[in-house]
Amino acid sequence: MKLTLRVWRQQNADADGAMSTYEVDGISADMSFLEMLDTLNEELILGGEDPVAFDHDCREGICGACSLVINGDAHGPERTTTCQLHMRAFRDGDTIDVEPWRAAAFPVVKDLVVDRSAFDRIIQAGGYISAPTGAAPEAHATPVPKPDADFAFEHAECIGCGACVAACPNGSAMLFTSAKVNHLNVLPQGAPERETRVLDMVGQMDAEGFGGCTLTGECATACPKGIPLPSIAAMNKEWLRATRKAKKVGR
Amino acid sequence: MALATRTDRKPSLTRTVWDSTVGKKAVMAVSGLIMLTYLAVHMFGNLKIFFGAGDFNGYAHWLRTVGEPFLHYEWALWIIRVVLVAAVVAHAVSAYQLSRRDIRARPSQYVHRRPRASYATRTMRWGGVILGLFIVWHVLDLTTGTVHPGGFQSGHPYQNVIDTFSTWYGNTIYIVAMLALGLHVQHGFWSAAQTLGAGSAARDRILKTLANVLALVLTLGFISVPVAVMTGVVS
Repeated sequence: MKLTLRVWRQQNADADGAMSTYEVDGISADMSFLEMLDTLNEELILGGEDPVAFDHDCREGICGACSLVINGDAHGPERTTTCQLHMRAFRDGDTIDVEPWRAAAFPVVKDLVVDRSAFDRIIQAGGYISAPTGAAPEAHATPVPKPDADFAFEHAECIGCGACVAACPNGSAMLFTSAKVNHLNVLPQGAPERETRVLDMVGQMDAEGFGGCTLTGECATACPKGIPLPSIAAMNKEWLRATRKAKKVGR
Repeated sequence: MALATRTDRKPSLTRTVWDSTVGKKAVMAVSGLIMLTYLAVHMFGNLKIFFGAGDFNGYAHWLRTVGEPFLHYEWALWIIRVVLVAAVVAHAVSAYQLSRRDIRARPSQYVHRRPRASYATRTMRWGGVILGLFIVWHVLDLTTGTVHPGGFQSGHPYQNVIDTFSTWYGNTIYIVAMLALGLHVQHGFWSAAQTLGAGSAARDRILKTLANVLALVLTLGFISVPVAVMTGVVS
């Protein structure tokens, strides 16, 4: 396959970026999108140019490191992570636009790499449970109803890649935050911090400069792990409940 | 010796709600639902115009005497007006602040653009502005009579309505605004339900259907009046 790539190049956080055009040849349809970029970078390095910086780690679709907006879609045209997107999704001769996540809370570090530590700070604000140290507790001591376990697991699938923020026209992190809140709030292990968790995580989300939710549904469409849009409603419900109960928790 | 205890005070409920994006959305949702309830009653009342001048003017008079003798003449109407103004202000201020925040959160656009979300979703902000301007005109036209075409007669709404819808611009402004209302309600009702936590995978289909039905019934109900005047059904 022969492709024309238009890639966002930005020297550093303070520099102005722009799209640069590259031609790549000899691309196999079985290559992943990142392997295609590797091919481009090899050529750039051999030609003495600066290779395109992009985030990646496991390349198995489970770590959430890769983050590219391909032709205007976060993670490209298929519902998966960029690393699991293969070049068979494109046709020979295509022109492909590759851009970084765009949101005020995700500043560009270089080229296609953005700083997603805002997500880490949201997790730090409440994405934990209180557990006694020492021997592991007996696994069957705390029964969890099957529907609750399924609900928690569905939300625990979030890999924190940030595609929801990238896809949202408001740069909102509501889907990410709701996945993290719902995952723990529904479980008995998460019950002691049920109110403070949602208040603190939403508070941190706002403090990071993410936008609000206008229910466009773009986030849930882009999410490679299929976190559903009603998660946001579930978190709103938890938040409203917590504001009423907050007196009882020493916040 | 007593241990030092935490002395920092918990922020008030009002502060917590107003300072949070989730809370401010809840304010928008509640104020929106108040206005939506009013609109449903308003639309239903408008349809009395099809039963003739006596029925319609009598209904308008009843609106001023409702609640008597517990309430004084027009008090019920004024209570509704105060609640509505409060709802409009709360809705508009939170919409403005949230929109400013949303725009700041996404300062640069993607080079590769594609249409995002539905038409109703994308036009919420400008649709809201159009509706706000329409309300100003609508009140000046049919409540105070300031910009009313022809002689405005207080207590004779039947004739006033016919006067307004006998002008091309009266019809145009009204019908455009009602189409904007339909779009606004379609996304707004569904959005409000999600914000207040009513949404779930099982309920979303019925909530969306309800939003569509509400939008359609309100728009058709309101538009039926100028159409009836134009076609001579009401004269």
